[in-house]
Amino acid sequence: MKLYIRATGNISPQKTFGHPAFLTQPVEHFGNRLNAVEPDYKSFIDVKQIRRMSRIIKMGVAAAMECLQEAGVEIPGAIVTGTAYGCLEDTGIFLTKIVEQHEELLAPTAFIQSTHNTVGAQIALLLHCNGYNNVFVHRGFSFESAMLDAMLLLKEGETDNVLVGGLDEITGISHAILTRFGLYKREPVANFDLFTRSSKGTIAGEGAAFFLLASQSSLNDYAQLDGLTSFYKPADIKETENHILSFLSIQSILPAEIDLVITGRNGNVKDDRVYDSLEQSVFKHIDSVNYKQLCGEYPTSVSFALWLAANILKSGTVPAILGYSGNKGNEIKKILIYHQAQNIHHSLLLISAC
Amino acid sequence: MDKLIQDLKVQIIAQLNLQDLKPEDIGDDQPLFVEGLGLDSIDALELIVLLQKQYKIKLSNAEDGPKVFRSVRTMAEYIMEHQPQIS
Amino acid sequence: MNAPVFIAGVGAISAIGNNSAECLVALENEQPGMGEMVYLESLHSKTLPVAEVKLDNETLAQRLGLSAVISRTAMLSMMAAKEALENAGIPDLTAFRTGFISANTVGGMDRTEQFFAGFLADNKNGRLRDIVHHECGYITELVADSLGIRNYVSTISTACSSSANSIFYAARLIRNNILDVVIAGGTDALTKFTLNGFNTLMILDQEFCRPFDENRKGLNLGEGAGYVVLVSESVAAMLKSAPACKLSGYCNANDAYHQTASSPDGTGSFLAMKGALERSRLAADDIDYINLHGTGTQNNDIAEGTAIRRLFGPQYPKMSSTKSFTGHTLGASGGLEAVFSALAIREQIIYPNLRLQTPMKELPFIPEKGLIKNSGVKHVLSNSFGFGGNCSSLIFSKI
Repeated sequence: MKLYIRATGNISPQKTFGHPAFLTQPVEHFGNRLNAVEPDYKSFIDVKQIRRMSRIIKMGVAAAMECLQEAGVEIPGAIVTGTAYGCLEDTGIFLTKIVEQHEELLAPTAFIQSTHNTVGAQIALLLHCNGYNNVFVHRGFSFESAMLDAMLLLKEGETDNVLVGGLDEITGISHAILTRFGLYKREPVANFDLFTRSSKGTIAGEGAAFFLLASQSSLNDYAQLDGLTSFYKPADIKETENHILSFLSIQSILPAEIDLVITGRNGNVKDDRVYDSLEQSVFKHIDSVNYKQLCGEYPTSVSFALWLAANILKSGTVPAILGYSGNKGNEIKKILIYHQAQNIHHSLLLISAC
Repeated sequence: MDKLIQDLKVQIIAQLNLQDLKPEDIGDDQPLFVEGLGLDSIDALELIVLLQKQYKIKLSNAEDGPKVFRSVRTMAEYIMEHQPQIS
Repeated sequence: MNAPVFIAGVGAISAIGNNSAECLVALENEQPGMGEMVYLESLHSKTLPVAEVKLDNETLAQRLGLSAVISRTAMLSMMAAKEALENAGIPDLTAFRTGFISANTVGGMDRTEQFFAGFLADNKNGRLRDIVHHECGYITELVADSLGIRNYVSTISTACSSSANSIFYAARLIRNNILDVVIAGGTDALTKFTLNGFNTLMILDQEFCRPFDENRKGLNLGEGAGYVVLVSESVAAMLKSAPACKLSGYCNANDAYHQTASSPDGTGSFLAMKGALERSRLAADDIDYINLHGTGTQNNDIAEGTAIRRLFGPQYPKMSSTKSFTGHTLGASGGLEAVFSALAIREQIIYPNLRLQTPMKELPFIPEKGLIKNSGVKHVLSNSFGFGGNCSSLIFSKI
């Protein structure tokens, strides 16, 4: 059964919202925190609704609305979101108040908006969408699980279109804590220099990317969604290779038939070793590009990679900023996204031109 | 009473994050909920916290909310009734 | 796509027992688990009764053979998931594609709270080992790793319907031939975060909760974990003891009415129950027992009751809310109540709805006040409705 990516909506550290020209004006960030480029939400969300929304809720709702608008779909058949961290800002506010006010005189809004299903629920509420609504919160598998759920809903014939999104936010608190865990680069770095130095740590990112997946072609789709798989804590690189090869064989393609691999390299020498290794084996002789210099590292960043891949196929161009050195250009018909986080969460997504 | 009403408007705007409103946009007798300012049940809970924080008045029964929070004036009257030293 | 999915095993831990057998005894003997707070430290310890698991963190760690205390959410999950897997008695798990799909609402928040006070004073303070398991998904991985499950792990968080959705998703992964065996359900430990959160909503009863009573005043929070082992037909055929029931229906719908409150006519609840019935190809009068969401709040019980009236009237199945025993265990409730539903079928009993004195005047039916034995129950509908309008219903059927 064929599935299609009919529309997208993306708020990220790049100028992606509002469907501007495809990454022709890349945004350079300095330091180890890439904040999303946010629109004026008042044009997309009712002022009365906005007042309670934290940044991630606004990003999610606006990206979802833009996606539906592009698809010309008023109410999707189902809404599935993936977020590893959930609504961190409101969680932080409520935790802070509990400590500072010693559990007294607490106001409800931050608590209500802190739950992981807030964004999915807000979208349903604004659209009056009574359909299937699910939220996956599993670290580096959050978006992948949401995608699998959406794809199954379409295959099961439960509905003919599903709104699916991946989103996470950086807050002052989360950035401070994750910095203490040693996740980010200590030295000042510009995002476009991410892969020119070999050092520890990566750069933090955030964003909300939504897709309208459909079981029928609209003749104006971004791409065809061929398959997705994920695997957890492979024992060694051999097992990783086997998973990749078996995925490709299930998809009935040879590695040589892949025109472009988009990898989840994040500039941390340790994390990137897996990619180094695979480029000597299963991905040898296949052109590859990276994407985290654009959006930073966050658990649902594969949603940004899918947006990137879908746009490459639709536009027939690879944006200059990706430093693509191959010569296929508008001949790129099949893209494999391969992502791994800390060698724990691995995922593969295959999409092709319509 | 007038000062209390003015104070309340400022406090309501802050507590409920009514970004686009100024105190003078809220009428003393304008209904706060639904057809008036458009507040809802979550706002009612926020207003209960406001009363407790600013005026040390505990509205223990949430069902009294609609009566007390009908307008800024009814809120002020309720405060005067329970904390007469504030005026 | 309509291949049956069997319940091969169950595991539970809650305020009324440290395993499913103990929970069953308490349910039969009408012994609720609420009481004064013992393990959770809170300003509200004397005023808000809660339904705590009757084991401290050190004892939990010891029983699990852990070298150190980890998040209580993970430990409760391990207790119940291990029991479920043992109960299923699958001879060689490695021979199958096995998954662990869990659910929770606040991850390792119990430990995050310990971290946070120090961190707020100075962001170099607070022990990192207290916050390392904050993420919902990390809790699931701690348990999956302890069970040796690697083929598929995921976590769902849709507020109070979270673990009904994890069971639902697990069943679909089996029906789609992606997995053969899935341990599915959810967990949540009591935390200051949720206790204070629900307190700001003014929906916590200062007495023991009274679901579906005219004078109900709110819910009591509880904690626990509940898991079922779902297996495909071919795995079920290999089991020594044949499964007593199967998951025959499920549906997920959104109320799309309000961020926290249910719509007056219970749209989401109605659609979830109706969809589950359709999926199971059963008629409303085939349902023998409804394990109600029944939190005890004004809003939930009237919305759920109205939806039941719309869907089932005028012939009503027997009903009860086991939250009158366990309190509302949030992300664990759908899992726990799935276990109770499976046990109701196996034991042929229907649980009482405790402390029900004055039936709700708006509703034409009354939940069961006492235990019913030899109930002849064949089909059980279990409801889980949550904030954000997330409503899910599951149907369990006798084999």
